[in-house]
Amino acid sequence: MIRYIRWCAYFCALLLAALLVNVARVQVWESAAAASNPANKRPAIQRYAERRGDILVDGRPVTGSRDSGQLLRYERTYRNGPLYAPVTGFSSQTYGTSFIERAEDRILAGTDPGLSAFPLWYELSRGRPPGGDAATTIRAAVQLAAYTGLGGKRGAVAAVEPATGRVLALVSSPSYDPSELSGTGARVKAAWARLNADPARPMLNRALRETYPPGSTFKIVTAAAALDSGVVTDVDAPTETPDPYPLPGTSTLLPNTSTGCADASMAEAVQWSCNTVMAKIGVRVGLRGMVEAARRFGFNDGGLYVPSWVSRSNFDTDMSPDQLALSAIGQFNTTATPLQMAMVAAAVANGGEVLSPYLVDRTTQADGSQVRRGDRRGLGRAMSPATALRLQELMVKVVEDGTGRNAAIPGATVGGKTGTAQHGVGNAGTPYAWFISWAKAQDAPFPAVAVAVVVEDASARRGDISGNSAAAPIARAVMQAALATPTRRR
Amino acid sequence: MSALTAKVAEPAPPPPPGAHAHRRRRGVELTLLAGAVLVCVLGYLYVAVADGGHLPRPTPRYAGGLAAAALLAHLAVRLRAPYADPLVLPIAFLLNGLGLVLIQRLDLTTPGHPTAGEQLRWSALGLALFVLVVAALRDHRALQRYAYLSVAVALALMLVPVFFPAVNGAHIWIRFAGFSFQPGEFAKILLAVFFAAYLAANRTALALGGRRLFWKLKLLPGRVLGPILAIWLLSVGVLVLERDLGTSLLFFGLFVIMLFTATGRIGWIAIGLILAALGAYAVGTFEPHVHSRVEDWLNPFASIERGEGPGQLAQSLFAFGAGGLLGSGLGHGQSFLIGFAAKSDFILATAGEELGLVGLSAILLLYGLLVARGFRAGLGLRDPFGRLLATGLASIVALQVFVITGGVTGLIPLTGMAMPFLAQGGSSVVTNWIIVALLVRLSDCARRPRPDGPDGPDGTEPTGPPEPPTGPADPAETTGVAR
Repeated sequence: MIRYIRWCAYFCALLLAALLVNVARVQVWESAAAASNPANKRPAIQRYAERRGDILVDGRPVTGSRDSGQLLRYERTYRNGPLYAPVTGFSSQTYGTSFIERAEDRILAGTDPGLSAFPLWYELSRGRPPGGDAATTIRAAVQLAAYTGLGGKRGAVAAVEPATGRVLALVSSPSYDPSELSGTGARVKAAWARLNADPARPMLNRALRETYPPGSTFKIVTAAAALDSGVVTDVDAPTETPDPYPLPGTSTLLPNTSTGCADASMAEAVQWSCNTVMAKIGVRVGLRGMVEAARRFGFNDGGLYVPSWVSRSNFDTDMSPDQLALSAIGQFNTTATPLQMAMVAAAVANGGEVLSPYLVDRTTQADGSQVRRGDRRGLGRAMSPATALRLQELMVKVVEDGTGRNAAIPGATVGGKTGTAQHGVGNAGTPYAWFISWAKAQDAPFPAVAVAVVVEDASARRGDISGNSAAAPIARAVMQAALATPTRRR
Repeated sequence: MSALTAKVAEPAPPPPPGAHAHRRRRGVELTLLAGAVLVCVLGYLYVAVADGGHLPRPTPRYAGGLAAAALLAHLAVRLRAPYADPLVLPIAFLLNGLGLVLIQRLDLTTPGHPTAGEQLRWSALGLALFVLVVAALRDHRALQRYAYLSVAVALALMLVPVFFPAVNGAHIWIRFAGFSFQPGEFAKILLAVFFAAYLAANRTALALGGRRLFWKLKLLPGRVLGPILAIWLLSVGVLVLERDLGTSLLFFGLFVIMLFTATGRIGWIAIGLILAALGAYAVGTFEPHVHSRVEDWLNPFASIERGEGPGQLAQSLFAFGAGGLLGSGLGHGQSFLIGFAAKSDFILATAGEELGLVGLSAILLLYGLLVARGFRAGLGLRDPFGRLLATGLASIVALQVFVITGGVTGLIPLTGMAMPFLAQGGSSVVTNWIIVALLVRLSDCARRPRPDGPDGPDGTEPTGPPEPPTGPADPAETTGVAR
């Protein structure tokens, strides 16, 4: 019997070995597969188990966390949600994250290795650091001025500081409250469905993600190309352009909306927004020169992050001369995001140097110590300093005595350019009203702000659509706010 | 070893000169018990800190209670079973304490339904019964006389719950005046006692008798085989009636193992496996409840692919996977996602998630050690009844651990069964303490020094002459069951 007891014992040992091997398989081998199974709620539970870090504007949080007592515990709240939605994006238990909530998610959710005071500390203690904060470059007064300026009309405003690239305002209208998407349940799903079905598309971030034909505001790029390439050496010299101007190689006549454009100089063409003159100049610069100039301003770059991704602004690289003529005045296939056009204005204001716009000034641990900071980063030179100086003068002329007089601010130097962009099949859509500008306080060494405003449905009456009446007042309000509250240097 | 035990004062009567004083090892047991108490108290504190971040107030009372209970059990063993295996009691105590820690931790996830207190009371009752059995049962051979009474009571215990309403689809509970327990748990011990007594009495006939069919296969005489097959069919029938497949599997495995141990005939294993395969196939095909378990085992994530969310087994596998090598730490896991039966059948998932592969392996090795000590006692004993009983009791623990651990980790289809000592469930804890008491008694007898005189250690019954290691039977030993 002794032998059989031993055999039983060996059999039990075999069972134990089988258990141990299988447990090792489940716990080590298949651990990663189990963790990545979409039905496994653990990653989500851990993610929402702690208070999420905040997004700051002017040092004050515009977000918060609410203990819902649910499985996915802390839900996001937003102060002034619609105002800051294009900046913050949403953080939803059901639909994930967008914009800064997505770009800085690792900081906010507390998973960034930079949040650990000592390397591997949290790996060893198996805890998780509290979520860090992301301080934005947005200035509340500028943002508010842009938002109230748009007043619910469809459109967008982007404002940057020319010398640094700091984004001072990023507004899209109409907007939505991202806190409607926080959490789980039928209420959130209904809000998501409603926002996505809304024909006004409130969740579209028009400042970063929508591209519009830039219309006459693109003439600044054309003018820079002409000056830099030497096609135009004297801005006051007549250009011998007929009015209307027949597009090269076709019998189509390009008209002007303003008078006195026949044989106008480039200075007058910018001041009064002459389509004929600028189209002709664009053709004279040539396709390669125009494409190169547009590229230097940031067009055709699909890799811009602020840190949220910015849609690619387009300038076609393969066109016939008549298409090039239309492209040179911001029509045809030329499209730009509002942020891109703000960068154009900023490049002029900043002496020709283009700076990468950035939205996150610094990220910090929960106790305020810095993790990373956003830095001034050049994207290269869009034009020579002399050209920039010349264009500044032209843009100031537009505001002082041209198409953009509504943007004038007493006591400050303001340069601008209006635009009215046709779009739709056969140009049937309500034209977009554009205004790009920059402003410098009289005694200041650098311009304080460059801004781009686009208003989609500026007026019910088609004749009233123009950059000056619909967009310029908004730009003025934004510039005034920026001039009144200069950036605090840390 | 002698250096360790030399320091321990022995209050028991001094052994006769030349006897094996070192075989008592009561000091080792006390030290290990102290370690077990320490682990349990630390676990209790860890859970409380992980929950609220501060120490719970009744800590000294809790620690004192555990220590007193351990000391009481130790004294019972020291006074009444001084030669008992020093590992058995500390391992049982540690496992029971770990179970309490895990249940206390899971109570955090079910705020309206705390169960740790109830489990603590059942554990105390189990420990009291342990002391009672160790103190009252002076010789395990006394049990041999009650073989048929045991089987009668066992069958009655298994039959009674059929007349009570089903709980979660199984008729295994008796609910009475707010109490509920599973009589089938107690039946395990009684059946092991009966099998041991019956096989000890009839093993010669079982091993040698019967007409030869072909080669080494022999047909057993119906006189011998009849009763045992009847008992087996009856118990399995009752369990199918009660729809408790786990216990049915356990009884069958116990029966085959003990039959093999008694007779040494491979044929039994073959017949047993064929019967088991047939039964498993039939039940797995025709019983919808069991059929779904088999489907679950073959593809634990099928319900996810169907879009119905993860099933219990999938959640259990997620929990084990989340634990990884070192675990998330007590109180930091999400094993409550398993939902139903997280504290009972699936308690190992919590251990796996929060203590990791390291902790879970340690727990499984503790069970392995406990089972090994049971077999060791069986090897040390002289009487066939004691040997068979020790083998049977060790096998009960081993099979239970295998069936439930294999079930929740996806090694075999899941059948509902309580993890000995760890899982929530009063009847299970009490039963396991009685099993441990019997193992202590058996190991005491096995390790007791052989007296030189003809009388046994307690003067009750002469021990049989030593059995040859490979010999099938000694007729002198087969007189246990009175016919």
